Amino acid sequence: MADTILRMSGITKTFPGVNALQDVNLEVRRGEIHAICGENGAGKSTLMKVLSGVHPHGSYSGEIEFEGEPCRFSGIRDSEGRGIVIIHQELALAPNLSIAENLFLGNEQAHRGLIDWNRTNHEATKLLRRVGLRERAVTPVVDLGVGKQQLVEIAKALSKKVRLLILDEPTAALNDEDSAHLLDLIRGLRDSGITCVIISHKLNEVLAIADRVTILRDGRTISTLDMAEDEVTENRIISGMVGRDLDHRFPPHTPKIGEEALRIEDWTVHSPTQHGRVVVRNANLVLRRGEIVGLAGLMGAGRTELAMSVFGRAYGIGISGRIVKDGKEITLRSVRDAIRHGIAYATEDRKRYGLNLIDDIKRNVSAAALGKLARRGWVDDNEEYQVADDYRRRLNIKAPSVSSVTGKLSGGNQQKVVLSKWIFTDPDVLILDEPTRGIDVGAKYEIYTTINRLADEGKAILLISSELPELLGLCDRIYTLSFGRITGEVPRAEATQESLMTLMTKGQEVPS
Amino acid sequence: MTSTAPTNADLAVDELPAEPGTPAGGRRFNLNLRQSGIYIAFALIVLLFTVLTGGDMLAPQNISNIIVQNSYILILAIGMILVIIAGHIDLSVGSVVAATGALAAVLMVDMHLPWPLALLITLIGGGLIGAWQGYWIAYFGIPAFIVTLAGMLLFRAVTLMILGNQGIGPFPEAVRTLSNGFTDGYLGNVGLGMLGGADLVSLVVGVLAVAGIVLTQWRARAARLRYRQVVDPLPLFIVKIAVAAVLVMFVVVQLARFRNLPWVLVLLAVLVIGYSVLTNRAVFGRQIYAVGGNLQAATLSGVKVKSVIFWLFVNMGVLAALAGVIFAGRLNQANPTAGNQFELDAIAAAFIGGAAVQGGVGRVVGAITGGLIMGVINNGMSLIGAQSEQVMLVKGAVLLAAVAFDVWTKRRSAAASR
Repeated sequence: MADTILRMSGITKTFPGVNALQDVNLEVRRGEIHAICGENGAGKSTLMKVLSGVHPHGSYSGEIEFEGEPCRFSGIRDSEGRGIVIIHQELALAPNLSIAENLFLGNEQAHRGLIDWNRTNHEATKLLRRVGLRERAVTPVVDLGVGKQQLVEIAKALSKKVRLLILDEPTAALNDEDSAHLLDLIRGLRDSGITCVIISHKLNEVLAIADRVTILRDGRTISTLDMAEDEVTENRIISGMVGRDLDHRFPPHTPKIGEEALRIEDWTVHSPTQHGRVVVRNANLVLRRGEIVGLAGLMGAGRTELAMSVFGRAYGIGISGRIVKDGKEITLRSVRDAIRHGIAYATEDRKRYGLNLIDDIKRNVSAAALGKLARRGWVDDNEEYQVADDYRRRLNIKAPSVSSVTGKLSGGNQQKVVLSKWIFTDPDVLILDEPTRGIDVGAKYEIYTTINRLADEGKAILLISSELPELLGLCDRIYTLSFGRITGEVPRAEATQESLMTLMTKGQEVPS
Repeated sequence: MTSTAPTNADLAVDELPAEPGTPAGGRRFNLNLRQSGIYIAFALIVLLFTVLTGGDMLAPQNISNIIVQNSYILILAIGMILVIIAGHIDLSVGSVVAATGALAAVLMVDMHLPWPLALLITLIGGGLIGAWQGYWIAYFGIPAFIVTLAGMLLFRAVTLMILGNQGIGPFPEAVRTLSNGFTDGYLGNVGLGMLGGADLVSLVVGVLAVAGIVLTQWRARAARLRYRQVVDPLPLFIVKIAVAAVLVMFVVVQLARFRNLPWVLVLLAVLVIGYSVLTNRAVFGRQIYAVGGNLQAATLSGVKVKSVIFWLFVNMGVLAALAGVIFAGRLNQANPTAGNQFELDAIAAAFIGGAAVQGGVGRVVGAITGGLIMGVINNGMSLIGAQSEQVMLVKGAVLLAAVAFDVWTKRRSAAASR
């Protein structure tokens, strides 16, 4: 029996209104690569935050034991002091500092308060050799590609005398070659005695690299599989990830599907921040009036990027492809163009991109179609009040009045304000990005009802959601997106959570 | 979790919707401190100095002085509050005041252009300066702090190039009257008993202003009621109107007893009303708040963010030119050092008047009140013979206190909503 380096038992962590983790158990053996799999929101990241002390001791219940000793971390420094290092999906490097400076950030190689640059660069060069990165230690990090930046992060972990290395989606942003190199490096680290925990959506990678895999679903441990003993296949992992009862009720709905409203052809989008990275590749979509179409995909698949690039190029550079609306090709250069052509996009991040939180409900509702309330540039604020109050009733926004500040509303009511805003633009095509994220069941039901009603009014709906039951319960047809490609189009009758998840985790092995 | 029927579990807001049309009772009297604190503070400061100066503060001539002496700062504050609401800043306005004053002097004094034409050209010149800065800020993406810091140097340099090292003057009579002068007593004086004689035209204007306030407020209230919105209960409404009417009439009577209405007051009144309506009612005004409140959300709502910011700086430039002409007219010469540190007064006025450092919040009337608070402190302290370092000390403390109060109320309301 291999000895256990990390044992997390009975971990329960609640956020207001949500049980993020419920009685989760995780056991990692010394010198193994242990994968953690689960849907978006299954609790993987929360679990790792508990482990690394981001959620400090006392904010959760349960026990953590590392190398046989109980741990009560109150912050990242504590966990790093014990040799537990986490590398996040969004790399935490200071772009304008050199590799060496980044490696020893917070751990400067100083002598009597002054930094010893010779020693810093010398040590950095040694670390770079260990991760196989052939770059000079004085090169600024901004000049490196994402793959190499990932290696710098790992080198930084090594400089901290890491014993347990946690990698959150390490290959999500990498191309095949960089991914392969990284996986080799992780194997090498394991062989040199460093235990690795890897969170990944790419099941083929998990199968290739992991010794054991723990599956989380809805904040609970489902099972831990041993690659050597159990017969682990992608399907087995998938059924563990999604095999849940449909625990939401959806309002009954009979679709009245009409003409084609929007067709997106050969749509390709490049990342504005990472040079040369293709975020959406050759996507084709068709939306019809009265139809609710789902777009399924895991984190980083490019769902939001696809939607926002269509919405007047609100995201991305180097966009190519055609948009055909009601049979005519259109060009959308700005958000205004998109709104004018009857396309609306309700963002997944209502606080950052959706609402002016310091302003009231009525002014948020009118924000995207103020022209409808204005004559010669002057807003009729009584009419505005009337319109907003009308939406308050129809969507059941719970607030003292439409003069209430949106920042003080609950998530569900904020979402209804965002919906009102876009319904008021009177769109033909409504793209809803995670419209029920972070809101409670009652409000969800109301939003589902609203979505159905909008479809019945003849609008074409594109629903982006991380919750497969939601897509299955609401949509007439579902597209799956994986690493920027449309990997499937499934009618509701034929879709199951398993079949969708298989399509959503389809790797990049298909050459272009 | 088993199958869940739709519930109303989403009631995070602790109050149910009030029935439209019915006043919400006592809660409405609980004034919004963050919005009304500034007016209360202004009243207290005026009261304090009135007591300290034995009533000289509110003497007819002194009220007139406060208005005339601060007019150009107040005009700058109107432009500045809009810039700050959008989340930017303008450090160059003092230099722009000097440069446009110099331009006006060259046009009027050296080139003998008719003053209305020269004024128009000067305002256009201010607009072009604003367009220059707006371009770099909105379209090129350089922070306003940097662009206008550069502008502060650039336009001071331009001033020196135009003027050399000397002033140009004197200005035409009309410009001096706009800056310093008073309306004529077309209808003569009337006796006001123990208050002595007062200008009839000024009094008529005052009465018309009060009538205008009553009428517009009443019509707005009636319209709200027609749309079944919540309004102030009638007694509170009457009290508010009465207070406003008494204040306006008091100032007007005092001015009428001195030398009639200053022309700059008329100009200021037009600007304040115009810009208040713009910020509250115009699409453009709404977009300023949207941009300052959440830039990304505004962008994703189809607001032409760059164009809004560009035009705000153009507007700031035009207002700075207007202030420049008035300031030059008041001194009766364009001066190379004119407008020094005006930007600081204008920015302070906006923040004292309730603008938020992060943008998205602020009112034109607030900025005017903020400017008046500083004007009253300047004036009152000089009346009681305070040294200039003491005045600076107090103004600095007031600015800090005002913003601290703003941050505090925000934090408190954030805590309360949790």
